[in-house]
Amino acid sequence: MIDLTIAQTNQGLKEGKFSATELTQAYLDRIDQTDDKLHSYITITKDLALEQAKKVDEAGDFSSPLSGIPMNLKDVVCTSGIKTTACSKILENFVPPYNAHVYDRLLDAGAILLGKTNTDEFTHGSSTEHSYFGVTKNPWNTEYVSGGSSGGPAASVAADQCAFSIGTDTGGSIRQPASLCSCVGLKVTYGRVPRYGVMSYGSSFDTIGPFAKTVEDAAIVLKAIAGKSEKDATTPDVPVPNYTDFLKEDLKGVTIGIPKEYYGEGVEQETADVINEGIDVLKKLGAEVIDISLSLTKYAIPTYYLLAKSEASTNLARYDGIKYGHTTDDAKELEEIYMKSRQEGFGDEVKRAIMIGTYALSAGYYDAFYLKAAKVRALMKKEFEDAFAKCDALITPTSPFPAFKIGEKADDPLAMYMADVLTVPINLAGVCAMSIPGGFSKDGLPIGMQIIANQYKEENLFHVGHAFEKATEWHAKKPNL
Amino acid sequence: MQLSHDDVRHIAKLARLGLTDKEVDKFSHQLSDILSYAKMLDEVDTSNVEPIAQITGLKDVFFDDKQKDCEFTDKLLEQSPMDIQDHMIKVKSVF
Repeated sequence: MIDLTIAQTNQGLKEGKFSATELTQAYLDRIDQTDDKLHSYITITKDLALEQAKKVDEAGDFSSPLSGIPMNLKDVVCTSGIKTTACSKILENFVPPYNAHVYDRLLDAGAILLGKTNTDEFTHGSSTEHSYFGVTKNPWNTEYVSGGSSGGPAASVAADQCAFSIGTDTGGSIRQPASLCSCVGLKVTYGRVPRYGVMSYGSSFDTIGPFAKTVEDAAIVLKAIAGKSEKDATTPDVPVPNYTDFLKEDLKGVTIGIPKEYYGEGVEQETADVINEGIDVLKKLGAEVIDISLSLTKYAIPTYYLLAKSEASTNLARYDGIKYGHTTDDAKELEEIYMKSRQEGFGDEVKRAIMIGTYALSAGYYDAFYLKAAKVRALMKKEFEDAFAKCDALITPTSPFPAFKIGEKADDPLAMYMADVLTVPINLAGVCAMSIPGGFSKDGLPIGMQIIANQYKEENLFHVGHAFEKATEWHAKKPNL
Repeated sequence: MQLSHDDVRHIAKLARLGLTDKEVDKFSHQLSDILSYAKMLDEVDTSNVEPIAQITGLKDVFFDDKQKDCEFTDKLLEQSPMDIQDHMIKVKSVF
């Protein structure tokens, strides 16, 4: 039953084929059997999950599509009374006193929490190699990374260790690991899902979204978590449609743009070939395909890293050894507490983020770096607006290459940043995008197809993604574990 | 762009981030590389472009300015590794 989709599971629960408790136990067994190999989970909330499942079974109400559905949360999503570590030493033993709004919405919908999953420290990274608790391995080949930062959520969905997961995407942290592990990963429009209670990376970029086994499942989860919240002032009053109404199997009347810059330098030929084959499938389904140019794409990495690391350096200022988290036991006066607690508590990539960000925001460099990047961002947003005046969705590879070997890029920050070259422009423009299984490399590693749509047009992603999924078998392939 | 060890130490001091000498040396190279790479943005003409910070165009989001009780004040205070005295966190001396 652990390989069923959410809709199939809901049907099984309704028909009494299995109980929520049996289902939850099956997922817990799967985690028990496979997580030594993968290390997706940081915390497993077995007792809580079985308690939640029992309550759902007793109530016997499966009218909510997520009632009794077991899931996990990336370990930056606060869970009251349950450790939430950001996979950082500085929050190693942090137990939040309240729930993130997204978790509350999922609890209201009847979902069951299996545990908390791995991420690069404070979501800074593209491989989970920056997690204080160690790397999450790729379910398709455990010598390779799962991607990041949401490597734990992606691997856990691909390996059937949960029905769905919730991650965060600041520059690609949902889509890139979804691509590397072969599952669906949705980066919503900025502000579509409230961020209250989720630890921040870059506040003008951060989004929350689902990992799922199918496009339909992602649409079901988004419906439950999207919409305006009093607790997050950046969530606008834009209606949340019934996303599942948009799941059609043909693409007649749909115009798809192909931005040539996403197939050029730095993108492996095999990856480009797989996505081009996917575009042929979309054409056969009735889509009109046109060429688009996004000429500023090559500036996305420096623009993104200057802005995101600047925002991160300010967000990370709250970890000072005073209010919560790790504090040094080797300080006599206040400033020494700050300096040493942060030195001892933060890992390498987070320290680098603080340094880059502080530099870019410091007097004398603000105009040349931060402000310059914020202006280039405005131009990139305009370029996307112009593109979406001509088409309903864009199709690109999600990642320029399939999963890389553990250790291959760990000591070269610029090489690691390049893994995000096709995902960060979407966060810069605040639009939405989704990675879906698009094929495999000759070495058997997954290759994701990225669908991009305008702000608050998630339904376009679901339409195109669902039609592709129904016409192909990639999403149904499972790793051998 | 080349950042000296003193530049790196100055930035670390601004960020209240302690670094070992080895980290200072490593970051002076890595930050120099990253910032040099970022200088490619100079190629983009941004004259007459307004910088963007709120990407969906929302502005002036208001809520009622009313005092509300926090449900978990004590739990928040319990998070502190410092001593708690009269509902306040007691920090070490500033000097």
